[in-house]
Amino acid sequence: MKILVAVKRVVDYNVKVRAKADGSGVETANVKMSMNPFDEIAIEEAVRLQEAGKAKEIVAVSLGVAACQDTLRTALAMGADRGILVETDVELQPLAVAKLLKAVVDQEQPDLIILGKQAIDDDANQTGQMLAALLGWAQGTFASRIEIGAGEINVTREVDGGLETIAIKLPAVVTSDLRLNEPRFVKLPNIMKAKKKPLAVLKPAELGVDVAPRLVTLKVQEPPKRQAGIKVDTVAILVDKLRNEAHVI
Amino acid sequence: MSILVIAEHDNAVLKAATLNTITAAAQLGSDITILVAGQGCGAVAEAAAQVIGVKKVLVADAPHYANQLAENVAALVVSLAGSYSHILAPATAAGKNTLPRVAALLDVAQISDVIKVESVNTFVRPIYAGNVLATVQSKDGIKVMTVRGTAFPAATATGGFATVEAVAAVADAGVSRFVSQQLTQSNRPELTAARIIISGGRGMGNGDNFKLLEEVADKLNAAVGASRAAVDAGFVPNDYQVGQTGKVVAPDLYIAVGISGAIQHLAGMKDSKVIVAINKDEEAPIFQVADYGLVADLFVAIPELSRELDQLKAAG
Repeated sequence: MKILVAVKRVVDYNVKVRAKADGSGVETANVKMSMNPFDEIAIEEAVRLQEAGKAKEIVAVSLGVAACQDTLRTALAMGADRGILVETDVELQPLAVAKLLKAVVDQEQPDLIILGKQAIDDDANQTGQMLAALLGWAQGTFASRIEIGAGEINVTREVDGGLETIAIKLPAVVTSDLRLNEPRFVKLPNIMKAKKKPLAVLKPAELGVDVAPRLVTLKVQEPPKRQAGIKVDTVAILVDKLRNEAHVI
Repeated sequence: MSILVIAEHDNAVLKAATLNTITAAAQLGSDITILVAGQGCGAVAEAAAQVIGVKKVLVADAPHYANQLAENVAALVVSLAGSYSHILAPATAAGKNTLPRVAALLDVAQISDVIKVESVNTFVRPIYAGNVLATVQSKDGIKVMTVRGTAFPAATATGGFATVEAVAAVADAGVSRFVSQQLTQSNRPELTAARIIISGGRGMGNGDNFKLLEEVADKLNAAVGASRAAVDAGFVPNDYQVGQTGKVVAPDLYIAVGISGAIQHLAGMKDSKVIVAINKDEEAPIFQVADYGLVADLFVAIPELSRELDQLKAAG
């Protein structure tokens, strides 16, 4: 089985993001960038399937500026076999990403595609579903467990009431939730090895995809700050405040 | 403007999130249609027809809609989409699963997690775990969007008289099937609908200790939630998680117990009316958003809170 995994370069999850003063976007200058945490989980799952003898090849794909090569090298260090960067300076929205990925999929013909369920920058939670739709494939979103069967996979999904298991036919798209696995730490020798793994660079035009944004961001601003309240000394005072001041119990 | 709202339901009950989405729809226009796709979902359609503001209810009743499989529901929505300017669904697990599929098939963008309707094509949505709000304008012919329930009040559930109409099912895509589900059984209110929530974090130590919170929850008719750390540690099931990637809640009272307050958790609860933080670490970031903070060992404070609530009840 061949697995394709999509990885996104995002502002590191520990960074406190701030809106630019002119409201045109968020500050990304001199900010630490990392692989989207959900995508790390996606790569990890692919590598585990390969280690279990269920996958032959893992192709990591990233889309965006040239620096996404760093993200791809991380994916390669985690265990992906080769990387593809679809390079563009245009702001890529989920529909454009899904179309570009579909074009890559048409070339690569994977049996399974794993993506993070959402990116922690735009919090859209769309790309995997859109890609599955464009391909006409089944989708197993918000996965906390994957079991490969004959021609289909069982995906256990995190839903609002608990867990749900569905069986989907291959080829298919799976998006990872937090509990699918715990990604490994990358070891130095693997980082060195990753530098030698193949990494191809493509342009959207070569893939014949129009990536023009469909949504225009008019402004970006920080929400009103919540003011810190007071400290209370005892549980009795807390209960009294909740009852007689806040009137919530 | 003609607006289609995808109903969230379990074939028996219309879920509350649909009512919040209908309020968002009403801010776009008055021609509101609800789509109920399911199996044996007549009671849901009847309930939807009574919601104030709804003009028409479309019912697609077929076995392959029973479990809301995205491939089948999306194909149905796309078959109806031509008549609408907007297609809305609640930003729940089901809505997030299905609606991007609809958007891609219609070749339009999706606007996720809308918290404010500025105009028929301009919306506000949180990005970066709610640390920043983006105002976005859609250039597409059909606006496809998921709606964050906590940002819109619920529409009135009864008193309306919408017409109910059956629509033809689209053939089963045949690529996916439901196998099983393990739903958390609880007599407490649902997290996203509860007036009071008490949540535990890593500080709870283990799953057994959540009984302390459950005891307090039962006295307040509250729901029990958790931080990601507590879910990852296996203390409680995934559906307890409040935060950027879990559930977003905005109750009247949110009590955070042994939760440090990572931005990813704050993203899911900072719009609560009143926030209480109980944590033994006085430097915990949760205190920066709490209306009332108590620096205390939760294993002392929570049993005491339970006793205080008993006294309150006894005193009437």
